[in-house]
Amino acid sequence: MKSMILKEFLELRRDKRTMAMIIGLPLILLVIFGYAARFDVTDLKTDVYGPQAKTVAGQLKDPFDVKETSTSKGKDQAEQALREGTVDVAIVTGSSPSEPSTAYINGANLFAAQTAVASIATSEAPIKPDVLFNPDLETSWVMVPALVGMIMALIGTLITAIGLVKERQAGTLEQLAVMPFKPTDVIAGKIVPYFILGAFDLVLVTVLGCLLFGVPFNGNVLIFALGSALFLLAVLGLGVLISTVSQNQGQAMQVAMMSIMPQILLSGMIFPLESMTWGVRWIGYLLPLTWFNKIANGVMLRDAPLSSLWVPLLVLAAMAVLLLGAAVLRFRRDLAPAMPKIPAKTTATAGAGR
Amino acid sequence: MNGPTAPAAATGPQWGASGVTVVFGKGSAQVTALSEVSFPVPRGQVAAVVGGDGAGKTTLLRTLVSRVGPVSGTVSAPPQRQCAFMPTGASGVWVDLSVEENLNFVGAAYGLTGPDLEQRKARLLETADLAKARDRLAGRLSGGMRQKLAFCMAMLHEPDLLVLDEPSTGVDPVSRVDLWRLISHAAAQGAAVAMATTYLDEAERASTVLVLDDGHVLAQGTPSEVLAATPGVITTGTAPAGDPDLSWRRGRAVHSWHPGPARPGENALTPDMEDSVIAATLARHTTAGGVT
Repeated sequence: MKSMILKEFLELRRDKRTMAMIIGLPLILLVIFGYAARFDVTDLKTDVYGPQAKTVAGQLKDPFDVKETSTSKGKDQAEQALREGTVDVAIVTGSSPSEPSTAYINGANLFAAQTAVASIATSEAPIKPDVLFNPDLETSWVMVPALVGMIMALIGTLITAIGLVKERQAGTLEQLAVMPFKPTDVIAGKIVPYFILGAFDLVLVTVLGCLLFGVPFNGNVLIFALGSALFLLAVLGLGVLISTVSQNQGQAMQVAMMSIMPQILLSGMIFPLESMTWGVRWIGYLLPLTWFNKIANGVMLRDAPLSSLWVPLLVLAAMAVLLLGAAVLRFRRDLAPAMPKIPAKTTATAGAGR
Repeated sequence: MNGPTAPAAATGPQWGASGVTVVFGKGSAQVTALSEVSFPVPRGQVAAVVGGDGAGKTTLLRTLVSRVGPVSGTVSAPPQRQCAFMPTGASGVWVDLSVEENLNFVGAAYGLTGPDLEQRKARLLETADLAKARDRLAGRLSGGMRQKLAFCMAMLHEPDLLVLDEPSTGVDPVSRVDLWRLISHAAAQGAAVAMATTYLDEAERASTVLVLDDGHVLAQGTPSEVLAATPGVITTGTAPAGDPDLSWRRGRAVHSWHPGPARPGENALTPDMEDSVIAATLARHTTAGGVT
């Protein structure tokens, strides 16, 4: 038995990724759950509009954080601000101090909305809540758009990485390298099927989510499609990148799961980003799912206009270019012949071009 | 097995490697995989490279198909479209595709379609005795059948240079006969065939043989030239004649080798390829500073 234990330790010592998981994962989970696993929202971005805006704003206490007061704006501007996602709550006052105000709440931001409703109920100010975009504060309405992203991340990253590593493990990648394919043909040939499958799953999950859970699709399909395509390209790039640093399917699965788990935990899908300390929140902003969630949630629930979603679209586009670019460069290196590390002297290959 | 491969008339350019040196790694981890190795592969002939594990056989073949770049020397090969490479262990076969799908994929890669593709497929599958298995998944084929499929895939586009890395390793004797029939046929059709093998009886059937050891050329030429150049003297008996490190078993007999001419009263054995390669390896290691 002693020799068996010794052998296991020897193997583990050489399996650096598993060792990294054994040591690193508890630390990562501790930090994530310690600093990120919070459902309470302590800060609600609030605008106050209407003739009594300054008076009502003065009556508001934490968690309402008043960003703007305007006596010239009204209900339409309040709805617009919520639709664009610039605020969590927009309060529209009555014309006189005795007339109650209406707090329009962004129901698409579930935890913020729940906090706002609870805070208004205990507030001394005469404000009545009106939850927009998710009037019954249904969890499924918020989860389904995020789940669409999570499923695409799983297909794009995990399945792609495993599929590509399988080719390397079987030795057929070498075969492709000697066939008359350009590296771009091989890379595109491997990515396109997963893109199509990911897109199919996207449509399937979105349609089923809407039918089964009654989640509305209020926004522009084209914006949603554009955001989804960019997100899918980014996660596909991540999958290809993972495949280039993995020697077998087990390794690919390990790394892919380690890239997906933070996306689930830190993208705002489960825990609101606003509740996380900046020490971990910044990690969330580096993850593609965070930005896709903003697009999916915005389009499906709030009918958010393109003008309010250009930042997440731009960030996803940049991520797609960066990840796919890095993946293609590394993949090309895998397909390229092994060249000498020292300068060649009289190397000549007659007619060996493609 | 069939009779020896008769060297066909070599026409057109001769492919191969000339004075090739391949180095892997950098600094202290630098390893010379091939040291000034020349390996001509004439059209219509089978050129075999033999040697033990780590001798440099695969590296040499990979230089021919531009998968490894040499630090010096010259590699002459047709355009990649006219080359074919069959990696060892039939690893170039897609196991989740059927026999036919594998061939269709390779055909599409080389722009083969329609009746031309169908004719080539039918001819190859018939010759390889795989016609009945065309709908079977490659992953469900026996080792020998998969090797033959890999060969068919390599031959489908009728390449000028066919590079085979140990095509018959791990294959049963009957499939080896089939594979050799296919290889001989490819050479007879005009292809230049370069192959690595660990079976020295196969090497004797090739037109030329290159014997490698640790990246160095031990012997080279036609099989008869390699046999004639066998260094030292080989004897046979029931026990080692001298240093046991210079002896090896051949069936029930023990063959022994020593450098230099035959000693008085010694009956020198006429070596076959296996004896010749072992003797050449022992000679190199003995002169390099003792037997290892």
